[in-house]
Amino acid sequence: MLHTINKSPFFSNNLESCLRFAKDGDPIMLYEDGVYAVLAGTKIEPAMKDALKKHPVYAIEADVKARGITKVLESVYLCDYSCFVGLVEQHLVSPWF
Amino acid sequence: MAEKEKSKIMFLMRKAAHGSIYAYEGLEAILIMGAFEQEISVAFIDDGVFVLKKEQDTKPLGVKEFSRTFKTLEDFDITNIYADRESLEQRGLTADDLIIPVKVMEAGEIAKLMEGQDVLLPF
Repeated sequence: MLHTINKSPFFSNNLESCLRFAKDGDPIMLYEDGVYAVLAGTKIEPAMKDALKKHPVYAIEADVKARGITKVLESVYLCDYSCFVGLVEQHLVSPWF
Repeated sequence: MAEKEKSKIMFLMRKAAHGSIYAYEGLEAILIMGAFEQEISVAFIDDGVFVLKKEQDTKPLGVKEFSRTFKTLEDFDITNIYADRESLEQRGLTADDLIIPVKVMEAGEIAKLMEGQDVLLPF
């Protein structure tokens, strides 16, 4: 199951709930304001580091760059929308918004 | 038209009742899908559990009190209704505070049910 998040983790509990329901190994796709979760040095970082041990985490690179996020947490896959589409084709999608 | 197999559709209700249109729209979508005799289940998660809170009185607010409409789900044979235990607990609620009977489950149990669906529709 692919989990998608498009809201900032500092604004909503979508990331938190996603992580509570996601099964180990489930990919997580961050886009739009969801990409703030990959910024290093925030209060979300411990939860994200834990998540990165259990899940492949993808973030749309254009969204990351547009927001000036240069310090990206290690082992996050930066990708484009064709990669997003590829994941959607392979998985049942659970959007958290 | 060719007979199509039933789809397994799970609604994930995560928003409270009157602050946004999500919960009401979710209810309408559930009823529509129910009328098409699909295999429906509904999970109330996060603020979604507030949608089923008993004793809602929306008269002073002047909006429709739609929580009672959830009672009609069983007329559509929609009986797979779940609530996340942690979401209830965090909000000081138990199943007794809700307007319809729900199966209270752990996140992991609901996640397993999610995996078995054809479609997940979040509201």
